[in-house]
Amino acid sequence: MSDIFLLIALPYTALIVMLVGSVYVYGTQAYKVTSLSTQFLESRDLFFGGLFMHWGIVALFFGHLIAFLFPASVIAWNGNPVRLIILEAAALIFGISFFVGVVILIFRRLRNKRLHRATTDMDIAVFVVLLTQAVTGIWIALTYRWGSAWFASVLTPYIRSLFLMNPDLAAVSAMPLIIKIHISTAFLLIGMIPFSRFMHFLVFPVKYFWRPFQVVIWNRDRKLMRNSTAVTPEVKSRNN
Amino acid sequence: MDIRSQIAMVFHLDKCIGCHTCSIACKNIWTDRKGAEYMWWNNVETKPGTGYPNKWEDQSVYKGGWAKSDDELRLKGMDRKSTMANIFHNPYMPVMDDYYEPWTYDYANLFEAPAGDDQPTARPISLVTGEPIDIKTGPNWDDDLGGSPDYARQDVNMHDLTPAEKEAMFQLERMTMFYLPRICNHCLNAACVAACPSGAIYKRGEDGIVLINQNKCRSWRMCVSACPYKKSYYNWNNGKSEKCLLCYPRLESGQAPACMHTCVGRIRYLGVLLYDADRIKEIATCEEKDLVAKQMEIYLDPFDENVRQAARENGVAESTLDSARKSPVWKFVKEWGIALPLHPEYRTLPNLFYVPPLLPAIADTSTGSYETTSASLWGGIESSRVPMQYMANLFTAGDTEKIREVLKKLMAVRIHRRGVTVGDLHEDECKQAFAETGLTADVADAIFRLTSLPKFGERFVIPAAHREEATELLENTADIKGNTGFGTLNTPQRI
Repeated sequence: MSDIFLLIALPYTALIVMLVGSVYVYGTQAYKVTSLSTQFLESRDLFFGGLFMHWGIVALFFGHLIAFLFPASVIAWNGNPVRLIILEAAALIFGISFFVGVVILIFRRLRNKRLHRATTDMDIAVFVVLLTQAVTGIWIALTYRWGSAWFASVLTPYIRSLFLMNPDLAAVSAMPLIIKIHISTAFLLIGMIPFSRFMHFLVFPVKYFWRPFQVVIWNRDRKLMRNSTAVTPEVKSRNN
Repeated sequence: MDIRSQIAMVFHLDKCIGCHTCSIACKNIWTDRKGAEYMWWNNVETKPGTGYPNKWEDQSVYKGGWAKSDDELRLKGMDRKSTMANIFHNPYMPVMDDYYEPWTYDYANLFEAPAGDDQPTARPISLVTGEPIDIKTGPNWDDDLGGSPDYARQDVNMHDLTPAEKEAMFQLERMTMFYLPRICNHCLNAACVAACPSGAIYKRGEDGIVLINQNKCRSWRMCVSACPYKKSYYNWNNGKSEKCLLCYPRLESGQAPACMHTCVGRIRYLGVLLYDADRIKEIATCEEKDLVAKQMEIYLDPFDENVRQAARENGVAESTLDSARKSPVWKFVKEWGIALPLHPEYRTLPNLFYVPPLLPAIADTSTGSYETTSASLWGGIESSRVPMQYMANLFTAGDTEKIREVLKKLMAVRIHRRGVTVGDLHEDECKQAFAETGLTADVADAIFRLTSLPKFGERFVIPAAHREEATELLENTADIKGNTGFGTLNTPQRI
């Protein structure tokens, strides 16, 4: 029963809330979409905490994504034990980096009085979720070894079945509780996106790479209006 | 040619009395909100001094503005790739301590303190933490040269000065200062616009005002470090950057911006300049010594029929062209050439120009008492108490010739007016001053008139508001003033 809640109901709810909520917030309350940086109040600890945490989670996110999208390639890579150990060690290093970053950031929040004023209940929830993921992730990596190997046979079919609207708990329900917690907290994180600073995942400014440096916005294109001949062909407006 | 109109400004520094009325007017209207208390979109600095935020001109720390490499312009701080790589932590961003921690006082204690032997006091309370603080610094801590060893002597503009010149600036008998009011320069080649990863900052086509779209700002905070004038501020409460908006709701209804309207010394002028947007890149990449002269070239003559025709083709309204002809800024900047941009070497092509101050001449103290008589009534430009090189570092990217030329013009106006009103100067002195500067009596009178006797309508020539352009922007800013902050229709609570 709890499996059905944690591994079916929660994921679907989270995904729907994320999709509908993000579109709604972006469309109607774009003002609230921000990463809420606190670097202005405290910069030095953020350098260490922010960098460890962000690079850790970015690498882990793409690691999990690749394991889900290309399970066969990951298994093939793991065919050689040396390569398996390299992959697992890299993942663990990023996991520890993520954990250390989150811990630094939590202490940073606790220590600095200015930051207390910039910390909301949702920020605390964000830290709880991130810390849970870091601790359970590292725990799983250490106690249930070679996750990159069993991920493909256990979790890939489960996640795929979720997306195919035909949830299949056959393999995943036999997993230890800690793994189930890790999975369901991941979906909780996804569900929190529209209501928290997590929104900034979705607005990562990739466009900056190719947009022109200067941005000029005209409220009305007077030139276009002047040159318009849509209403009276051959006659230009002389009024503006 | 791509002719556009730009609202530009002139600040006449000889008239600034350093009263900070402009700052207060701005603060009351725009930044009296949580998260914005520390912001002074308009601030007045004492020069020599380190300014606000502390040492903002030190681009080796903050990396603001543009740098020229070969014939290309690049942002001095970070290019596009390193902006993305540093998005989790901006290495050049000033923090609150570089500005100051805003505070109020516990006034209630004056009334509510229980009876005792001592007078109750109103302790300073931090506006961030809400707890009592010991005030270490403030936005005008070095006002009128207060704390010179820590502030004035640390002035960034004293590079290239000889040690003797530097020392002379701080001898008690020879000390001097002037005020430097600063707002956003609404640059033609704005670095904040270029640095914004979200593309939230933009220049309005119609009048060139640079604004931050509060709905698109994602608090990547690159504008704060990229703006060399440090005029983009980060609101720590709602995670949005904010900046001077030249009071555009006031401009659109024909009123002068609040800072300018309240100016006690009437130092401020505002008007339209026409410029050629096609030449921005060419001019921003020119050699440093040519920057001032080249920037002057980008502004086009509103009396030239070809220019006006091209502007009309480009959609500039006839009423704006009329304003451009009456613009006091055009007169100060181009016609008379006595107003200069602040730190042109940042290559942002700022649209706020300063008439440099004619500071008191150095008095001779060798006799043991002040000896102020000199061959000429005011002494020469050369004997000004502030070294030419210092003024040049502020206004002409180090070109002392240019600043000398401007100061000589200002002096010629004084000599001429002294001749007219008092008549105690030899005619030759006036003629020589005119010959050196190329001024004529008529021009000198015009400069005098616009400097000393201008009416409100002469100082601020605001183009007629175009309702069809304004309505979308006006919204209901006045209604929400003080409640949620400018441009904010949602409550600015952190989510």
